[in-house]
Amino acid sequence: MSRFLEYFLIASYIAVLLVISHWIGAQAYSWLPVEATAEAQKVDSLFSFLTAIGAFIILGLVGMMVYSVLFFRAPKNDYSEGHPSRGDIKLEVLWTAAPTLLVLWVAWQGFNIYQQLDILGLQQVVHLHTPLEEPASAASISDIPKPADETIEVFVKQWDWSFRYPNNVTSNELHLPVNRRTRLNMHAKDVLHSFYVPEFRLQQYIVPGRDIDLVVTPTRMGEYKLKDALFSGTYFALMDANVHIESLEEYNQWLTTAEQQPLAIKNQAVAEYTQPPKTLLKTGWYTVAPEPPAIAQSAPPKRLTANERKVMNDDT
Amino acid sequence: MTTHDSIDTTPQNDPENNWRHYFSFSTDHKVIGVQYMVMTFIFFLIGGLLAMLIRAELITPASNVVDRPLYNGLFTLHGTIMIFLWIIPFNAGISNYLVPLMIGARDMAFPLLNAISFWILPPSGLLLISSFLLPNGTAQSGWWSYPPISLQIPPGQPINGEFIWIVSIVLIGISSIMGAVNFVTTIFWMRAPGMTFFRMPVFVWSVLSAQLLQLVNLPSLTGALILLLFDLNFGTQFFKPLENGDPIIYQHLFWFYSHPAVYIMALPAFGIFAEVLPAFSRNPLFGYRSLAVASLGIAVVSIFVWVHHMFTSATPGWMRMLFMVTSMLVAVPTGVKAFGWTATIWKSKLHLETPMLFAMGGAAMFLLGGVTGVMLAAVPFDIHVHNTYFIVGHFHYIVFNTITMAIFAAIYFWFPKITGRMYAEGWGKVHFWLTFIGANLTFFPMLPLGLQGMVRRISSYDPRYQGWNILASLGGFLLGVSVLPFIANIVGSLLYGQRASNNPWLATGLEWTTTSPPPRDNFEEIPVVKRPPYDYGDPKYSVIEPHDYHQQEN
Ligand code: HEM
Ligand SMILES: [Cu+2]
Repeated sequence: MSRFLEYFLIASYIAVLLVISHWIGAQAYSWLPVEATAEAQKVDSLFSFLTAIGAFIILGLVGMMVYSVLFFRAPKNDYSEGHPSRGDIKLEVLWTAAPTLLVLWVAWQGFNIYQQLDILGLQQVVHLHTPLEEPASAASISDIPKPADETIEVFVKQWDWSFRYPNNVTSNELHLPVNRRTRLNMHAKDVLHSFYVPEFRLQQYIVPGRDIDLVVTPTRMGEYKLKDALFSGTYFALMDANVHIESLEEYNQWLTTAEQQPLAIKNQAVAEYTQPPKTLLKTGWYTVAPEPPAIAQSAPPKRLTANERKVMNDDT
Repeated sequence: MTTHDSIDTTPQNDPENNWRHYFSFSTDHKVIGVQYMVMTFIFFLIGGLLAMLIRAELITPASNVVDRPLYNGLFTLHGTIMIFLWIIPFNAGISNYLVPLMIGARDMAFPLLNAISFWILPPSGLLLISSFLLPNGTAQSGWWSYPPISLQIPPGQPINGEFIWIVSIVLIGISSIMGAVNFVTTIFWMRAPGMTFFRMPVFVWSVLSAQLLQLVNLPSLTGALILLLFDLNFGTQFFKPLENGDPIIYQHLFWFYSHPAVYIMALPAFGIFAEVLPAFSRNPLFGYRSLAVASLGIAVVSIFVWVHHMFTSATPGWMRMLFMVTSMLVAVPTGVKAFGWTATIWKSKLHLETPMLFAMGGAAMFLLGGVTGVMLAAVPFDIHVHNTYFIVGHFHYIVFNTITMAIFAAIYFWFPKITGRMYAEGWGKVHFWLTFIGANLTFFPMLPLGLQGMVRRISSYDPRYQGWNILASLGGFLLGVSVLPFIANIVGSLLYGQRASNNPWLATGLEWTTTSPPPRDNFEEIPVVKRPPYDYGDPKYSVIEPHDYHQQEN
């Protein structure tokens, strides 16, 4: 009878937990920034799913611990045994099998979502140029570049982003037309950087010497910040750029204005290098000097081939 | 300290074993163990001070406390010190103290090598910290030291922070390898008669697993750092992307060690939980065999997951998917452990002394660390939060809220054995509550910050992140305060604490059968082991002698 009661209580506890963790999973969306790409919605649903499962596990086990602390305290000076069971094979098999199935399920969800992102275009395409290799094999191996409506070249260096648009305009601002697949063709000049817009839910390292493509489809107009997410030296924190997602007309209009009147944004790293802010402690340790931004209307844009890699890195 | 101290014959009081011992080149594993623990605690305090400076900078969005190069040096050295000079060598210290006692050996297999392993550390640590005095300061490229950023050094300065950093880490690595050889040999060959593998405490299993990882994976880090040193000082091009080198190879070599390193740090903590939880719940460890084997399981799987630190490093899709699955599989043996701890506590007779509070608090917080880990293994989610404060929150829930808590549990639990004296319970509880509250206040806010996109390692940030940052900074200062009652308690109890009996917790395990502190050779006579471990509650085995009780006058 009391055994039945115990099972009944445990079952109700699990039922309550299921409801609560489902609710927490639903809350998870609100902990993230707005969704500005088609990809973001997929990532958020995965996060909500992971949060619900995690909440179930944490609340379940912490609940058991708290219950124990409240109800299984020993009377003072009672050092006799609690209950003498050393194990229970059935239980141990169960709790090895359960997490195995659970992680396989989680992995399956992760895989599915990843596939969908890939179709949307999130998956990076990496062109690794090793000069020792034949040019033919040096271009990408398995990755067929995803079709895109628009291609924008992204150049990054310590500590500056710049973007080159199809009409050869170069700017420190990233403008993207809404609902169009845009290919970002990314190049780093000096060290590793990482392209990261939290509202896009994507992040990608940019490695000097490799061209890395990403295709994104912004879905929500507005202004966002692009950040460098991978530590890139002294002025790392200052390395962000404005991202504007706008209608195709606005985008085209911006392109024509920028063509006539290139807009140079003050580089924060350069400003700080010439006039360091006041800090309590000052060391003046060595730092690489940031170059003033060169918004040059330089060479016409074209896809670089393997043998031109060095050239690209040296003079962008 | 009354007159009967003078007739006390505990080894503490004989001239052979006085405090000077602890400053000497001793080959006694117990002395070496204490040397490790005290030294690493000092580094923990230094690392903590650096952390508080970091949190002071981050309390406001602007950069106004330290200049940017110093900020970068601070977080680089904070991470490096905490990993390589606090958790890993502290584990080596406590393992040094306990393993021979737990398996019934007189010492480690190679006592001289043991002493050498220890004595490499103080100079390496000092060398590392002395780099603050260099004209251009410490290394500034993070504890990963990713090239090519780590190769950007002041021109014309071959001796620079980065160089010093590499040399110290390589030296510390050499010390760890020598230690690992010693531990593995000791556990294989020095066990007392009857101490079969399945009679070994889980702590010994976890030390064995962790040290096997050191042997297998550490050479990869050492190799990477030596190549990096060549690139830095001798003009080679292993990792220079613009000169035909490949910086991604460095990341593979680095994480091939540094992922398993997280388990080199965590496994001994899991071992501590397996000792402390049964003793204070008066239950046998539930599912002992699965917990023992799970240690090895964790070690093996963790060798094959390193790419989850590189999901966005130009890693192709197939590799992302492969390492997503392997990373998630670590959760299986880890889950077995967490379930085993909970089942041990369930329906027990809990005694909430300080070691138990730290163990239960640590085990509970591990759940959040582990669950966020599985989330991160899911590639699409990781792509969003990689390099944000979500990562910092995840691994601090592990390295501080789990492992450092476990370390405190261990210090309180074995303090009577090591010193022959009891600590002050009330101050222990104060320490626990300050630490528990401080830890959650510091590290929880990092999870929402990361989800919202606050990038890690930035020295100034967007004002919209300030709210959570203030909480984290206040928590950080509270953690700083929390060590004060601990230090006072340890020092005070060492001098004036009540004498401890041999087995104040009525715990099982060979270390509790010898005197507190143990004699030079650990046991009067090498014990013969006839019973399974953790035989709490089995009347056939339990040796509960009412006079052997810590609250009683002694
Ligand atoms: C149990 C002990 C654990 C420790 C000590 C630990 C520690 C760490 C540390 C130090 C990092 C950050 C490294 C860095 O970027 O500086 C990290 C990241 C990570 N951990 Fe854990 N972790 C543990 C458990 C887990 C588990 C169980 C999983 C997954 C099943 C996991 C998955 C990850 C992933 C995927 C990352 C990389 C995230 C990223 O950088 O994007 N961890 N962990
Ligand atoms: Cu890892």
